[in-house]
Amino acid sequence: MAFIPHTAAEVGEMLESIGAASTEALFDEIPASIRLRELSGVPEPLGEMEIGRLMRERAASDGQPLCFIGAGAYEHHIPAAVWAIANRGEFYSAYTPYQAEASQGTLQTIYEFQTMIASLTGMQVANASLYDGASAFAEALLMAVRINRRSESLRALVPSTLHPHYRAAARAITSHQGVTLEEVPYCTEEGRILPEALTRYEAQGAAALAIPQPNFFGVLEDVDALSEWARRRGIPVIAVVNPTSLALLKPPGAWRGGADVVVGEGQPLGVPLSSGGPYFGFMATRMEHVRQMPGRIVGRTLDAAGRPGFTLTLQAREQHIRRGRATSNICTNQGLMVTAATVYLSLMGAGGLERVAIASHARTSELAAALTRIPGVRQAFRSPYFHEVVLRLDRPVAPVLEALARRNILGGIDLAPHYPELAPALLACATETKTSADIEAFASAVREVLSSQPAA
Amino acid sequence: MSQVPTDLRYTKTHEWVRVMPDGLLELGITDHAQHALGDLVFVETPEPGRRVSAGEPYAVVESVKAASDVYCPIGGEVAAANVELASAPERINQSPYGEGWIARIRPDDTAAVAKLLSPADYSKLIEAEGD
Amino acid sequence: MQSHGEKLIFEHSRPGRGAFDQWPQTPPDSAAVADIPAELVRQAPPLLPEVSELDAVRHFTRLSQLNFSIDTHFYPLGSCTMKYNPKACNALAQLPQFLGRHPLAPESHGQGVLACLYELQEMLKAVTGMRAVSLTPMAGAQGEFAGVAMIRAYHRARGDLARKEIIVPEAAHGTNPATATMCGATVREIPVRSDGDVSLEALRAAVGPGTAGIMLTNPSTLGVFERHIVEVAEIVHAAGGLLYYDGANLNAILGKVRPADMGFDVVHVNLHKTFSTPHGGGGPGAGAVGVGERLAPFLPIPLVGRDEDGRYRWLAERDLPQSIGRLSAFMGNTGVLLRAYIYMRMLGSTGMTAVAEHATLNANYLLARLTRAGFAAAYPERRASHEFIVTLKREARELEVTAMDFAKRLLDYGMHAPTTYFPLLVPECLLIEPTETESKQTLDAFVEALTSIEREAREDPERVRGAPHTLPVRRLDDVRAAKHLDLTFKPAASVAGTPSP
Repeated sequence: MAFIPHTAAEVGEMLESIGAASTEALFDEIPASIRLRELSGVPEPLGEMEIGRLMRERAASDGQPLCFIGAGAYEHHIPAAVWAIANRGEFYSAYTPYQAEASQGTLQTIYEFQTMIASLTGMQVANASLYDGASAFAEALLMAVRINRRSESLRALVPSTLHPHYRAAARAITSHQGVTLEEVPYCTEEGRILPEALTRYEAQGAAALAIPQPNFFGVLEDVDALSEWARRRGIPVIAVVNPTSLALLKPPGAWRGGADVVVGEGQPLGVPLSSGGPYFGFMATRMEHVRQMPGRIVGRTLDAAGRPGFTLTLQAREQHIRRGRATSNICTNQGLMVTAATVYLSLMGAGGLERVAIASHARTSELAAALTRIPGVRQAFRSPYFHEVVLRLDRPVAPVLEALARRNILGGIDLAPHYPELAPALLACATETKTSADIEAFASAVREVLSSQPAA
Repeated sequence: MSQVPTDLRYTKTHEWVRVMPDGLLELGITDHAQHALGDLVFVETPEPGRRVSAGEPYAVVESVKAASDVYCPIGGEVAAANVELASAPERINQSPYGEGWIARIRPDDTAAVAKLLSPADYSKLIEAEGD
Repeated sequence: MQSHGEKLIFEHSRPGRGAFDQWPQTPPDSAAVADIPAELVRQAPPLLPEVSELDAVRHFTRLSQLNFSIDTHFYPLGSCTMKYNPKACNALAQLPQFLGRHPLAPESHGQGVLACLYELQEMLKAVTGMRAVSLTPMAGAQGEFAGVAMIRAYHRARGDLARKEIIVPEAAHGTNPATATMCGATVREIPVRSDGDVSLEALRAAVGPGTAGIMLTNPSTLGVFERHIVEVAEIVHAAGGLLYYDGANLNAILGKVRPADMGFDVVHVNLHKTFSTPHGGGGPGAGAVGVGERLAPFLPIPLVGRDEDGRYRWLAERDLPQSIGRLSAFMGNTGVLLRAYIYMRMLGSTGMTAVAEHATLNANYLLARLTRAGFAAAYPERRASHEFIVTLKREARELEVTAMDFAKRLLDYGMHAPTTYFPLLVPECLLIEPTETESKQTLDAFVEALTSIEREAREDPERVRGAPHTLPVRRLDDVRAAKHLDLTFKPAASVAGTPSP
């Protein structure tokens, strides 16, 4: 029961050794007035067979619909080897690598991960991960404020084309330290920020300029012009990027104005969708800012015999040493997902990742073409995009999505709640996991749904 | 036992001050402090020209076990910083009162130095802390 | 154990090699991306490995064999609760429908997972005594952040803007003061008495109109139960502050006493400690947060709610307009939450109480045996909770062998060291938490190992000071690591890398 190995005899021996009459006696320091007589509200125990049955029933009821939703979490093929390795007990039941000599497996994996992320993003150093892309973005804002101590501004310029939940999480996390987010409006024709939109901020300083690439709509921003504008004014640039896209797109380190901190959601790199988590946030920066970067960092060093080995370093910035003056309160991060991502990137390499990116973009273009052939559906923006697209419909989107769901197809998300000015609009995504037959099935279903209901 | 040179003044937060012939104040951290921190790996020194007030942190010293702010005992303007510490932070461990100086400031009020802890008082302080 | 000398994955690369079966099978068609402007296209490929699937599998499998883990070693890390992670929890949480579900999939295609999460909320309410729970915080530290943010939001909503101070005992875990700072609060530390309890006098002196609240763990980080917790709660509440419970040590009291009954207003639970979700080499965790009635409107979103007809749905901004907001892009670490749910269902009510009983039994047994073997307990007059502290300050002084040396030598005995140098209050300490899933045999072996190391410390101290001797690496040079930062691999020859900024 409860994975407890003790026999009654052993319990007896141990109590004798302690000199206690019963296990109850061991709790005698807890005031009687607050002791629980009985734990209610928790059901009777289930054995593995019973819980297995329950979970399988529940999983079956959720089904496996055909999914065309992106919006910050992307369905990609995950090679079998990734989780065969990450599910090894030596990785998943290991602790944080504080005792370095007993954790070289985890530490070397993280060092390799840091190398891959730094290279993908075009930066010089990366950390061992943060919780997810949204909280990583919040941490990047706090980091930008620390980097730019000279500027008194605590106001960050954040495009409204950045994922709405990233902006929400950033507010929730940074507002306590006085950071405010000023939303930079986007052009509703083009689905992106026009560089001219920044002129109104020229007079006052800013703590940072965030630049998403691609943005929430899948549209490609003019990263060169935007980053250059910030660089000229000494405003730190925070790039928020999709890691798969970095196989194809110019990384932030190579943007004309460069970047100071790069963050993003690492889920596309071998991590399953899993209803929203666990994922991982990656962060990379320039070497000169490394001491302001939150989270764990692994470094290579020598051991007492002069051989190379790996250890956590720069820990003086972290909560367990610096306490109240730490760069962040982060302790546990997303270690196992990092292991999975490192294996994924090793299997894919630059060539494989590029193929995934190209195939995803090709499938999305095919999807856009198939759907815009249907009367009442047109593409919202003419701008270049990557692997995600916004489609305008001739009627409210929510009922259409419901009808599609009843056909076991998840057609995307309704943009009305976050972007009412675009409504009725749908955000849809196709990755390399979708075939032409899948896209055809989706398009047929949409055609059917639209023709069976009257237009708005 | 930590060294406590008799020609300097001290603070409760383990900084020392030396009055230089030209009136500048040379600042650093004490032998007791460097010993507590352990091998230093990084030092952040202030920029010349910067104004610092009494009690304000003007530098950071970092070891494997701790990163500590270094506090300015007397307000003034930073005249010079020991830039050698960027590549050789261990100088503070090896010579905390000599080559390990951190910054020199032009003080607003030199008379305030007399109000800092005397070598005797500082020695008592660190003894109480169990040096 | 493997001897180290594992190359980096990059060093196994050969140009033109790849795990081609894993790649999309149709070759890249450059026409498909012709619509992407040339100036936005990447010029040089990133530095990623070029290896076969076998190369990768062999490399990472061998790396895994360099690790200590619960599956392979006893891991008595105090305050971490390194209990066995049941395989069923891992397997069932990874059923394909759970694994493949998009976070924004409609509720119509999520009643199964939502039922699990709802029931998890309910069970967490039951064990903590709280009225409402949010599962979104992705780790204990995020749970703490949510807790302190809610306390501050509560005071602000009442118009009481002066309350900015969070009281923390000097023995607190580092995340506590770090969290207070992140929430824009100031930290005031109060001392702990020599018997391990918080000083009530110091607390009375510390509270006032500026007090937002106090953050406490109970049992505390010293491994002992805060015996005057009811008075502590009265003092803080009377001064207008709220109590935050750091759930790191919940394993000691599961089913025996509830934080709500102690007087706490908000708790976070480390699901990766008490509820056995895997530690993963540094995460992912989950720090579910529970609150009493006063703080319920401020919970971080989303939560799972249930309609009258029994259908589950997400509760978000519209349902909780005073929420402190979202802490992540989606709904938290769902996969971790499922593992915790499965574990809690397998434990059931009787299992939970058994956990606390046997965790406490194991800790007290070790305390008794180690004390008899001559080790100095930090609080010898007190019961151990699920963990306790041994101080090696005498050994450090007399033999010049430190707690760190003992910890490293234990690795040679095939056991992971306990937590060292935390809490900071106790010099040369080992914080030892066996957990309930370890047998008497394992505990006896641990006592023998420590006794043997003590003997070595007297007879052959160099052996202990130079440990570990039998692991893939000897003791690593931390100072060098921090002074000469080597944080990424740089290939010797110029490889097609990315342009530097």
